[in-house]
Amino acid sequence: MSILVDGSTKLVVSGITGREGTFHSLRNREYGTQVVGGVTPGKGGQDVEGIPVFNTFHDAVGSTGANTAMIFVPPRFAADSILEAEDAGISLIIAITEGIPAHDELRTYTKIKQGGRSRLIGPNCPGILSPGKANVGIIPAAFFKQGNVGVVSRSGTLTYQIGNVLAQSGFGNSTIVGIGGDPVPGTDFIDVIGLFQNDPETELIVMCGEIGGDNEERAAEFIADKVTKPVVAYIAGFTAPPGKTMGHAGAIVSGSRGTAKAKAEALEGKGVRVGRTPTEVAEIAVSLLGATA
Amino acid sequence: MDLLEYQGKQVFARHGVPVPSGRHAQTVDEAASAADDIGYPCVIKAQVQIGGRGKAGGIKLANNHDEAREHAGAILGMDIRGLTVHELWVEGASQIESEYYASVVFDRSAKAPLVMLSTKGGMDIEEVADSDPEAIARLHVDPLLGFQEFQGRRLAFEARVDADVVRPVGAMLARLYDVFVTEEATLVEVNPLIVTPERDVRALDAKVTLDDNSLFRHPDNAELRDPSAEDPQERMAKERGLTFVKLDGNIGILGNGAGLVMSTLDVVALAGGSPANFLDAGGGSKAEAITSAVEVILSNPNVKAVLFNIFGGITRCDEVARGLIEAFDQIKPTVPFVVRLDGTNDVEGRALLAEANLPNVFTASTMDEAAAKVVELAEA
Repeated sequence: MSILVDGSTKLVVSGITGREGTFHSLRNREYGTQVVGGVTPGKGGQDVEGIPVFNTFHDAVGSTGANTAMIFVPPRFAADSILEAEDAGISLIIAITEGIPAHDELRTYTKIKQGGRSRLIGPNCPGILSPGKANVGIIPAAFFKQGNVGVVSRSGTLTYQIGNVLAQSGFGNSTIVGIGGDPVPGTDFIDVIGLFQNDPETELIVMCGEIGGDNEERAAEFIADKVTKPVVAYIAGFTAPPGKTMGHAGAIVSGSRGTAKAKAEALEGKGVRVGRTPTEVAEIAVSLLGATA
Repeated sequence: MDLLEYQGKQVFARHGVPVPSGRHAQTVDEAASAADDIGYPCVIKAQVQIGGRGKAGGIKLANNHDEAREHAGAILGMDIRGLTVHELWVEGASQIESEYYASVVFDRSAKAPLVMLSTKGGMDIEEVADSDPEAIARLHVDPLLGFQEFQGRRLAFEARVDADVVRPVGAMLARLYDVFVTEEATLVEVNPLIVTPERDVRALDAKVTLDDNSLFRHPDNAELRDPSAEDPQERMAKERGLTFVKLDGNIGILGNGAGLVMSTLDVVALAGGSPANFLDAGGGSKAEAITSAVEVILSNPNVKAVLFNIFGGITRCDEVARGLIEAFDQIKPTVPFVVRLDGTNDVEGRALLAEANLPNVFTASTMDEAAAKVVELAEA
């Protein structure tokens, strides 16, 4: 098992005819993901290395039975593309695009939540990888192998860093989920941790948070109430000054809110082990897994 | 992007939010002539983005032409908690009977706009929220529906504003919400919102934060500037498309991916060092971007050593190595570098660096080792 993406994933890519969209769609297919189509308005009928291109998500779903969408279009078109995928009945929408306006994200998030039939991952995320099964997004799959550690993260490269240390210690991953660094993520830590809790393959959960918002604090409450599997956390941004956006639009300490210290304390207060460095996170995970093995 | 008070008030005026009439000035002459036109008494206000302007002497009442000149002269060039005053806002003095607080904020936790109203205006709202949370009325708005008139009435009644101003206060909230949505703000705050003896309701201050990601739809807003807040190094980085934040230490940092760079700053601090900057070279950086980033980092004279921490995903380590070699060729840095390359094409990248044999460049195989080494070099 794994969560969200696997052998049954049928992926359609919005923006497949763009340079990055083509590159990553083909890489995802090479990994074994079923990439069944692409969407580029006006280019319906063409193909990208054998992947059929459609004018609309509705055409793509009708012809291919796609159940997952990846959004690769530039920020000004991204919200529209997400809403189109939702309207076409796609159940999992993964938005890679960085730089979507906050109010677009707010409306998109609200519409998807009120509709209740799709899940949005991202925006501004690296995607989802279930090693050995499917890769949707830009995560460099070569560094990860199949295993029993579930990872959920607001940051891409930081996930690769921690995954790499785990892999060097001999541990692989059930699924790696990038929820993205924007202020309005479609899916929160809580949602993904809940999925890992119910996934038989996942034995330990690693969560990588960072400054800004209160997603980590709420995850701490949820873990204490609902999660029986061990969770190890990392929080980036202890040295970030208040009022400055640290790269990710969502990574900002506002006044005294959203600090790394408060997040680490909230998690530790609920019994979650927090590593001070990515290496320490992997070490704690390895020691806990060793104890359960 | 945070707007200055006068920029916020000009935005307010465009959306029908009542504000005192005023004028922008950059010299003593401009301020005095604005004051003469507006009439006395008037208020001369320093335009910098920091609280406590009044206490610092940055807001003064002028009763005549001579006082206007005197105050403008004193405030221009003044240093308010590290910011130099380059601009003034001159506006007619308001008679104040009551001071309220109103805001529309982007509530990340609820993922919805939050409108707040309180009769405890004129003081730090975070303090009010801590000491007397009941004093702040709050309502979330469905972003697909927008702000409804009943919500304005409800907030006004719940906050217990004076009965005769329930309607104008509700109307002002609706207009502030309009500013929030139309201008794509993440914060619209009025503190104080005043009631005059004539029972007029006005925004006496304006704090507006715009969403940087939406500025492509608002070319006029994108042109707004705050000369007191612009750091030359940050501007240089911005012009080169780099994500950069200046910090006050002496170790220059370059990494790829916001989370990894934040983590690198933390690991350096844990090793006893002090980072001079946050610099995310981004995904898929090519050699030129790396060379250009090195130039930005070294433009800070405090930098004693530089750390490259790269975990290649879309970014290729050989491109990073080429960029660094090119930077050494062009800039000839005099400070030591520690380079940690892992991930896509790391073997090729390390081989390029070994072959180039750059002076004063050390390689490290892990992030922790790299941090310890760069701290040692910066202290040497």
